[in-house]
Amino acid sequence: MSTLLRLATAGSVDDGKSTLVGRLLYDSKSVLADQFDAVERVSKDRGLEQADLALLTDGLRSEREQGITIDVAYRYFATAERSFILADCPGHVQYTRNTVTGASTADVVVLLVDVRKGLQEQTRRHLAVSSLLRVPHVIVVVNKIDLVDYDQATYDRVASEVQASATALGLSDVITIPVSALVGDNVVDRSDRTPWYDGPSVLETLETLSPVGEPQSEPLRFPVQLVIRPQQAAGDRFRDYRGYAGQIASGLVRVGDPVTVLPSGRTSTVAGIDTADGELQEAFAPQSVTLRLADDVDISRGDQIVTSRSVPATTQDVDGTVAWLSERELRAGTKVLLKHGTTTVQALVKQVGGQLDLDEARLRPADSLGLNDIGHVTLRLASPIAAEEYLHSRATGAFLLIDAHDGATLAAGMVGDALLATAAV
Amino acid sequence: MTNDPRRLSHLEWLESESIHIIREVVAEFERPVLLFSGGKDSVVMLHLAVKAFWPMPVPFPVLHVDTGHNFPEVLAFRDATVERLGLRLEVASVQDYIDDGRLRERADGTRNPLQTQPLLDAIEGHRFDAVFGGGRRDEEKARAKERIFSLRDEFGQWDPRNQRPELWNLYNGRHTPGQHVRVFPISNWTELDVWQYIGAEKIELPSLYYAHDREVFERDGMLLSVGEFAQPKDGETVHTRTVRYRTVGDMSCTGAVDSPAVTVQDVIAEVAATRVTERGATRADDRISEAAMEDRKKEGYF
Repeated sequence: MSTLLRLATAGSVDDGKSTLVGRLLYDSKSVLADQFDAVERVSKDRGLEQADLALLTDGLRSEREQGITIDVAYRYFATAERSFILADCPGHVQYTRNTVTGASTADVVVLLVDVRKGLQEQTRRHLAVSSLLRVPHVIVVVNKIDLVDYDQATYDRVASEVQASATALGLSDVITIPVSALVGDNVVDRSDRTPWYDGPSVLETLETLSPVGEPQSEPLRFPVQLVIRPQQAAGDRFRDYRGYAGQIASGLVRVGDPVTVLPSGRTSTVAGIDTADGELQEAFAPQSVTLRLADDVDISRGDQIVTSRSVPATTQDVDGTVAWLSERELRAGTKVLLKHGTTTVQALVKQVGGQLDLDEARLRPADSLGLNDIGHVTLRLASPIAAEEYLHSRATGAFLLIDAHDGATLAAGMVGDALLATAAV
Repeated sequence: MTNDPRRLSHLEWLESESIHIIREVVAEFERPVLLFSGGKDSVVMLHLAVKAFWPMPVPFPVLHVDTGHNFPEVLAFRDATVERLGLRLEVASVQDYIDDGRLRERADGTRNPLQTQPLLDAIEGHRFDAVFGGGRRDEEKARAKERIFSLRDEFGQWDPRNQRPELWNLYNGRHTPGQHVRVFPISNWTELDVWQYIGAEKIELPSLYYAHDREVFERDGMLLSVGEFAQPKDGETVHTRTVRYRTVGDMSCTGAVDSPAVTVQDVIAEVAATRVTERGATRADDRISEAAMEDRKKEGYF
């Protein structure tokens, strides 16, 4: 059975990220002949000797004109073991919001560092974002190893710089790999030119990482998307059918499990787990199912069905960390919409409690946040939500802030002190 | 890789994501519609919609932008599917626009770019606020940058430089009157995923997708079917070859490929081994320029 892994790539300008991605696609035979022909043709037009694999990933006209990647692009490749969804995030400083976007859904972030330059400011920012967004795995590709003659000492120095910085940002188990994306060393196959490195290649690493936590170890969280109530429309058999459709955000559910509905607090038990393919005895994250309950409980979109063994508190006061994604400034007194799971509520920004200095990895006082800033906010909500610490649950600790007037997405939010946890160390 | 029964396979994962997306739209929008051409991607999307709301019928109509150059087998398949599922079908006809002068036939005869106006008029006329499309990010470079929820302005335009960031699985479908949102539930699927899913779910498709004998002639490296909408010019000779279609668009610009693949499993094996992209092999309109798709999308194309 083939599984799926989502990865996000990030790096500074000119560290060879597009080349690495191009090589992963090319060497895993995910680049097809006509795409490659086009790249070769354009490379030749530009007077290049080799095909510039970076051209495979730059999709928009303005990107090709400027020779930079502006927006997150999604790429797909597969091996016999696994299918991969790759979010290719632009390297420019001003596009940090794209890194946040890519990291939000990633099982692993692949960061590039030029071995000649070592750890850059941008690397530390990307490590901080990975830590903040609780990406389960981070791989740091120490690239252009061919340009330092495959020198182990140079690699070791950069690798230990990376590890020190990662630890300071609260990241553990960061994997470093010496690579030449251009030549292909340690990208798909292990290279003979780095005999002092006995670890796996980038692709081997990606094939063997565990995607996410075990569903059975987490409490059930089930945000209700909508109520399935066919009434007359599906014949007599389903006249009284009432099911709650959603995608399991975390944990495991079995028929007979005691559950609590939030925010009402009413309790019931799971009477059935339905799918179009038939009834299930158990289901787990991230399956999309329809739950039936034993009791007639008032449930609608925006409610959550959770295990009665672990019921999160509901609150109208949310402290959170936000990555600000808009040109408009955030200040205390701003009214916004907050989207959490399947519910959207009005929110008032009561306080901006500081801004994260990513270079120093600490919080400094600030009373406003601008584009690409990450900071701490206190929000008052018009109605309660079951807000859980993002630190403990990526699935139920995340929220968006939305402009109520034009609908723009203003911020990526994380409930709790994810920021302090990152910055305090 | 894993024998853990509590791990989804990649197809199960993709299915679950798509169902979540489709349900979000029905929960948050007033008047969704699904673009349905009878092509494999729209067939898979409709199959996912059926599964998302079971046992309820699919709670939205389907819309077909008919170029007037469609394969008759595909139109028959479209009608049979709509009938079987009890759906309401709306058709926006490019031919009507040409007949009454609102659109003019292009010199090259292809009608794909002409679909934009009837599509936008249908969206406006029916006040559809969410439009499901079967676009996949692996199809083409501009599509690789597309969001799952993609906002369109009053003119139906896509602004690739000003897209909303899309975080976690929290989709932002807010829009103001006149705007609408294009939603791509199978964004993350590849051509191979689609075929593997068609095999796993035993989904029926128009017969054109499987190998059959057909009179074709070669133009610009593509095999075009001899018929009302495509006739060989001087120097182009007609042969009967065993072919199938990888996409089933406008007959005047959609090419067949040589293929012996008669069953789903044959097609899966063929797609897994192929060395040419789906659009590169079969769509003349995407060969016009490096940015052909981007330009059409900006104007409001699918």
